[in-house]
Amino acid sequence: MTTTTVASNQSHLTAEEIAKLNKPGHDAKWWFGTVGTIVGMAAIVLYCILPFYWMIVSSLRLPTMGMSNDFLPNPPSVENFIAVFAPANNFGRALLNSILISTVTTVLTLLFGVLGAYSLARLRFPLKGLVLAVIIGCSMFPGITLLVPLLKMFSGFYPWFPNWMNTYQALIIPSLSFGLPLCVWNLTAYFRQLPVELEHSAMVDGCTPAQAFRLIIMPLAAPGVFTTAILVFIAVWNEFMIANTFGTTNDMFTAPVALNRFTGSLGFNTPFGTIMAAGVLITVPLIFMVLAFQRRIIGGLAAGALK
Amino acid sequence: MSSTTAAVAPPANRKKNSLSDGQGRLAALLLSPTLAILLIVVIIPVIMSIRESLYFRNDGIDPATGMVAGGDQFVGLGNYINAFMSASGEQVTGVWGTMPRLTNAFINNMFFTVVAVSIETVLGVIMALIMSKAFKGKGLVRASILIPWAIPTIVSAMMWKLIFDSDGVANKIIGSKILWLQDNLYSQWAIIIADVWKTAPFIGLLALAGLQTIDTQVYEAADVDGASKWKQFWQITLPLMKPALVVAVLFRTLATMAIFELPWGMMGPNKYSVETLSTFAFTEARATRYGPAAAYSVLMFLLVAFVAFLFIKLLGADVIGDEEVKAVSAQKKRAKLAAKDHSGTAGGGAARTITSGEGQQ
Amino acid sequence: MTSPELTRRSLLIGTAGVAAVGALSACSSPSPGASAGTGGATGLDWTKKGPINYVQGKDTSGFVQPTLDVWNAAHPDQKVTLVELSDKADEQQQKMIDNATTNGSAKYDVLSVDVVWTAQFAANKYIVELPADQFKTDGFLKPAVDACKYFNKLYCFPSTSDGAMLYYRKDLLDAAGVTAPPTTWDEMVAAGKKVQAANPGIGIWGGQFQKYEGLTCNFAEWLNGGGGNFLDDATGKPTVNTDAAQAGVKAMAGYFADGTIPAEASTWQEEPSRQAFQDGKLVFLRQWPYIYSLANKTDGSSKIAGKFAVAPLPGKAGVGVSTLGGHNLAITATASNPGTCKDFILWWTDKAQQKANIIKTSNAPTYEALYTDAELVAKFPYLPVLQKSIANAKARPKAVKYSDVTLAIQDAAYGIVKAPTSDVKAALDTLQTKLTALTA
Repeated sequence: MTTTTVASNQSHLTAEEIAKLNKPGHDAKWWFGTVGTIVGMAAIVLYCILPFYWMIVSSLRLPTMGMSNDFLPNPPSVENFIAVFAPANNFGRALLNSILISTVTTVLTLLFGVLGAYSLARLRFPLKGLVLAVIIGCSMFPGITLLVPLLKMFSGFYPWFPNWMNTYQALIIPSLSFGLPLCVWNLTAYFRQLPVELEHSAMVDGCTPAQAFRLIIMPLAAPGVFTTAILVFIAVWNEFMIANTFGTTNDMFTAPVALNRFTGSLGFNTPFGTIMAAGVLITVPLIFMVLAFQRRIIGGLAAGALK
Repeated sequence: MSSTTAAVAPPANRKKNSLSDGQGRLAALLLSPTLAILLIVVIIPVIMSIRESLYFRNDGIDPATGMVAGGDQFVGLGNYINAFMSASGEQVTGVWGTMPRLTNAFINNMFFTVVAVSIETVLGVIMALIMSKAFKGKGLVRASILIPWAIPTIVSAMMWKLIFDSDGVANKIIGSKILWLQDNLYSQWAIIIADVWKTAPFIGLLALAGLQTIDTQVYEAADVDGASKWKQFWQITLPLMKPALVVAVLFRTLATMAIFELPWGMMGPNKYSVETLSTFAFTEARATRYGPAAAYSVLMFLLVAFVAFLFIKLLGADVIGDEEVKAVSAQKKRAKLAAKDHSGTAGGGAARTITSGEGQQ
Repeated sequence: MTSPELTRRSLLIGTAGVAAVGALSACSSPSPGASAGTGGATGLDWTKKGPINYVQGKDTSGFVQPTLDVWNAAHPDQKVTLVELSDKADEQQQKMIDNATTNGSAKYDVLSVDVVWTAQFAANKYIVELPADQFKTDGFLKPAVDACKYFNKLYCFPSTSDGAMLYYRKDLLDAAGVTAPPTTWDEMVAAGKKVQAANPGIGIWGGQFQKYEGLTCNFAEWLNGGGGNFLDDATGKPTVNTDAAQAGVKAMAGYFADGTIPAEASTWQEEPSRQAFQDGKLVFLRQWPYIYSLANKTDGSSKIAGKFAVAPLPGKAGVGVSTLGGHNLAITATASNPGTCKDFILWWTDKAQQKANIIKTSNAPTYEALYTDAELVAKFPYLPVLQKSIANAKARPKAVKYSDVTLAIQDAAYGIVKAPTSDVKAALDTLQTKLTALTA
């Protein structure tokens, strides 16, 4: 409780009243700033959510009213969601494929990427800059440059490469190509930020470099690793071109590829309702994951931005 | 366990580091899986692509049998030259007038990149400013910011296609019947809007991170000096945010130059107003003109590399961030400047050494 | 000096990674219909029989697999496996080309090809010639058989056909005093204006004018309906800027300019146009047969159930010309077991199978007699109109570089659709130049 000196002309006031008078006032500028901030925040939330809201609303309509414009589905119906899992669409299997491929790609990317990033961050060897430049440069090639030669390679056209069409490795390995450079770049920056003294002091205490790496560096790098993991997972989950080219049989589709193949009961009609429903189903796991890890993601992005 | 080395003393300005010296073999081992995969999936296909770009498939038809001749013929740089100088019969009319198809795609690319990246950067910075001032509700805003980014681009393309339909909700809200998807100027803006929606929040997050590193004391000092909020923003906030922003803008620029799924998903192939280099190369590959398709994608890579180079050199985007490399190059720079000073007039050199140490770093 | 432990651990990690990938390759599904050896590019051995793969776009009606089960039960050692591609024609075409250019790596044997791909697939040797003595075409619709020929040789076998029809609001026409559906464009406009007087704001004519293959079909109908031709019947050379062709195209441009065809039709593919018609926004609609049953649905999705009828398309001076659609069956150059392929194709396209097909899928048969089959006509009242439409139908231009040809046509057509007051003659002249170069 702060003590305030009572001026001679304020002796008729109690301590409470004086404290009240000393409180900082809220002038017009403060109100303007606060209200403006609240309005701005609301605008941001609406900006992000409205199109997604439209997607959800479209999926909850009757299947025959796919192109209707009402702001609320009238009447609401979950028929579209049921139609998504119709046997002809094989959507359940596609979701499983997506989960499997995304998870394996993320794990492999992190595995190889962490090793590579550590060596680039800590070890000293000739041509280090060149190696990093090559790795980052590999992510700059547009997808189509790679697609046709990869198709020829993976389809057994060349005798020196086996036929990998419709196999899991044909879907995983090309996806590694865009996750790996990203992972290496991100984590290299991360590891560099951590002072070498940490490992040195660990080694003085009796750790091997490997133990120092596992016990000291990795926990500290966890935010960066998380962010990279999520980025890679989402990128592979959403990937379309490669999955469409190499996964052609019914049981090798991934979720985006399966979504692209949704049809109505006859060749021409596009079931917007079912497509939006499938879109919601594909997106919701990602959103949950992102929300669950949002603190780590934002921490990782923040730290990564500050080199 | 630091090891003592042989008789040669290490250079004086390099600390002996048991962690990093002599680790070439280990580094090779650790990097080998990464490099092996990149070799198979990127480097070999790129080399094959470059080789493909020097050939053209014989598609002449034998008038007697009606069969296509087949086989490849070597044309050297013919594919590249033809792309820029195609005959008037092969010119297309997009939003920018009648010109060779590659030029049209290139201009579309530049238009999308410049406009989309500018808008999303401005929006992102505004979002960051708003979020940094807020004291309540941060969690909700943070969560909703990640939603546009979590939606797969294919789904996003279909969603926006539905929204921009001539009978869709966009026209309902605006109140007029704009033909967004008619392959005209509005189609370009539809693509830009869809792209900006998805990526502005992402830039907002990176900008927010940059904002939060700025010490509030700097602002307080500026307040004491009497600077207006506007001036504070331009002269304190933006420059201090610059490192984070520049890297974000660089990566967004590179990504937008390769934009494929949005124009393809929302409009489809062969729509000249929104055709980009990626969609054009893809269309050519589908038409089995593999040579020209490879040539266009090589051109695209060169463009992307050039833009990245510009960013790194001109705007100082710090992509590699290796402290040691930076320190070594800074030392070299100092040595060069010192050499120049010494080779100047003695008087000038003498005058310089009197100053209070501004010349030294 | 490397730490031995670090090296050992990294080796373990690396091996684990490789093993993981290797293990996954072991548990991936084997490619369907693995057959021993691929057939030669020419001179297929028609006696070889065994399992084959049948490749078509997505089976949206659920008709194909049960039919294949019937065949498989009767021929257990010549199993036919269904390989379903995307429902989109471009992507189907892409996969078939990919298979051909990688030496049949995807093991496609029998393909269901769109009518416009015949020339391209034949000239590029993706499919093989079908010997005329083994593949008899008597009793099949003449336009459909013609679409299977390249250089006068049969390259595929007609499986389903398609033609466009005029859907019209019988109730509105009756109310306006128009008793018969229009047979010429002038009649169509006159009837439409009468209906507009009683229903202000309704659009008169709708079609599919978005820039895609459907635009080529619609544009062809206007060009042909005026008496023009893409390619000369005798010489096969482009004749796109003749006066007759110009007349047809100028009529279409005029209708866009004065609003007879609503401007938003330039963004319509099949589905949005059906939606507009079903919502009561059009008097006349040019469409494929598939919307007949959808527009008659009584579950509330269609406001016009029972209120419309079909007729052949109108033309400039008489009955118009519809575009020929449909699919044919072909055998790939790398097919295994050509004997089974042949038997399967002939079985699939015979009268009994086609009848079962159309009942399930409401496709149009290629067997002529089925159009007058009493049972089918009872179920599909539009069949006589459809037969007339197909009999008068014209195929889209036969060209090896069809993708480029259709793109050139779409460029010209869409320019006119977007700016209907622009110079039609100039656009057609440019198109003529392009087509001449492409079909040289």
